[in-house]
Amino acid sequence: MTEESFDFDAIIVGGGIAGTVAAYLLAKEGLEVVLIERGNYPGSKNMTGGRIYSHSLERIIPNFASDAPVERKITREKVFMMTEDSSVGLDFYSGRLGKQGRNSYSVLRSLFDQWLGEKAESAGANIITGICVDSLIVKDGRVCGVVAGEDEILARVVILADGVNSLLAQKIGLRTEFKPRHMGVGVKELIELPRSVIEDRFQCEGNEGTACMFAGSPSDGRVGGGFLYTNQESISLGVVSTMNDLVKGQKSLPQMMEDFKNHPAVAPLIKGGKLIEYSGHMVPEGGFDMMPEIIGNGVLVVGDGAGFCINLGYAIRGMDFAVASAECAAKSVIAASKSGDFSEASLQSYKKYMEECFVLRDMKQYRKFPHFLEDTPRMFSVYPNMAIDIMSDMFVMDGQPAKPLMKKMITHVKKIGFWNLAKDGWKGMKSI
Amino acid sequence: MSAAEKEKVNVDSKLSTNKYFVDEKNAHIILKSEGLDMAEFHKLELACPAGLYKMDANGGIKFDYAGCLECGTCRILCGTTILKKWEFPRGTFGVEYRFG
Repeated sequence: MTEESFDFDAIIVGGGIAGTVAAYLLAKEGLEVVLIERGNYPGSKNMTGGRIYSHSLERIIPNFASDAPVERKITREKVFMMTEDSSVGLDFYSGRLGKQGRNSYSVLRSLFDQWLGEKAESAGANIITGICVDSLIVKDGRVCGVVAGEDEILARVVILADGVNSLLAQKIGLRTEFKPRHMGVGVKELIELPRSVIEDRFQCEGNEGTACMFAGSPSDGRVGGGFLYTNQESISLGVVSTMNDLVKGQKSLPQMMEDFKNHPAVAPLIKGGKLIEYSGHMVPEGGFDMMPEIIGNGVLVVGDGAGFCINLGYAIRGMDFAVASAECAAKSVIAASKSGDFSEASLQSYKKYMEECFVLRDMKQYRKFPHFLEDTPRMFSVYPNMAIDIMSDMFVMDGQPAKPLMKKMITHVKKIGFWNLAKDGWKGMKSI
Repeated sequence: MSAAEKEKVNVDSKLSTNKYFVDEKNAHIILKSEGLDMAEFHKLELACPAGLYKMDANGGIKFDYAGCLECGTCRILCGTTILKKWEFPRGTFGVEYRFG
């Protein structure tokens, strides 16, 4: 294949965060780029819980939140343990959460990704929408383009940003199928409420907002949890459940969502709200051990498709990884286009860049955490029950002669066993 | 609210708030037509966020791809057992998130 036969320097498949950021960075460097999105606009197939931690995008587009359609700056974090009828939580408010460059924003991806797409376009990238890429063109062992329907488009390199399902990465053998134990499935309701109601219910002013995580009954006591994010004029409320555990239970994911919504501690937060969208998505939460091959001859995989996501229970990160992996891939492609070498060996620099920043370091740091959660189902049933029992003993006055608090607590701890508690605590701390 | 009092979820009414361009000519997910492993089907009854895999009182099964959220859960769980086909809808078709 001669150099003249290429239509573009780079083809990017998928208009999510990783795809649009990669397109933006490559176009800015003067490369001829086309991004191909199967939906009618970038973001049209995308959803998040969700919030984006701003640090990685901030480095690429400084002060992006002043221009981008972000919802609220999250300055209040709440974590709850929940049983069927009770809830106990931690409430963390701090100005430190709101410092530019290390803060986070609730976002709605359909709006946010369109904005990123516009940034890429104004940097010179071409965006084609409504076209689903069927397969990759491989010649002499090198990926050199894509097939979409009747059309073939050729490029020096292809970046796969086609999401968690990444059928294309599988088709060329870079990736085997993700396993149910590595995958969460999430469902979200977007509930419309007036701005003033949200600000009153969540004690937030101006553009500030709240994020809440819930462990226990939302996922029916199985591995998973509930979440709530405040947007400007809506609330994102949802449940995520780890697939292999979910299918061992009795309750369906949509039913978990419905029961979570009706929980006596949640219902008042969304009272009077109107459902305006219902969405679902998979979460690649297996961490480092599920990471597939992400570099091939003439091809790179970025974002969700590469399994870049970390779920720590109290914080779920994916979009900041998508941004950073796109940046590392773009650097690698820019270097390759200078040397004219798009071989697998040359593109290994993608991995090197990710080892130099937080992407691979964090994936490795938290490597054991998904296994800890999987092996410690007590986190989602026994401990929430224990916490609620202890709280009830403290706060319920029933007129019976009082017992010392220590004695009451020990009764509840004994039910689980000191050894189990110590072991789970130690294992949990070590994995995080 | 006790477990017995809990209302059974109506997912279809929730899906009706979404915007879809349904590809009437081309189903992007197809179940195998015979010899379905019902234990596998039951996994999808539990896990499909759109509640598209349903069983009626007589044990008859029902599946309609029209409300699909394109998440891929059924592919991960049952792609090699009871699904005959799982593809993305053709370009422009399928769910279109207005908010996401």
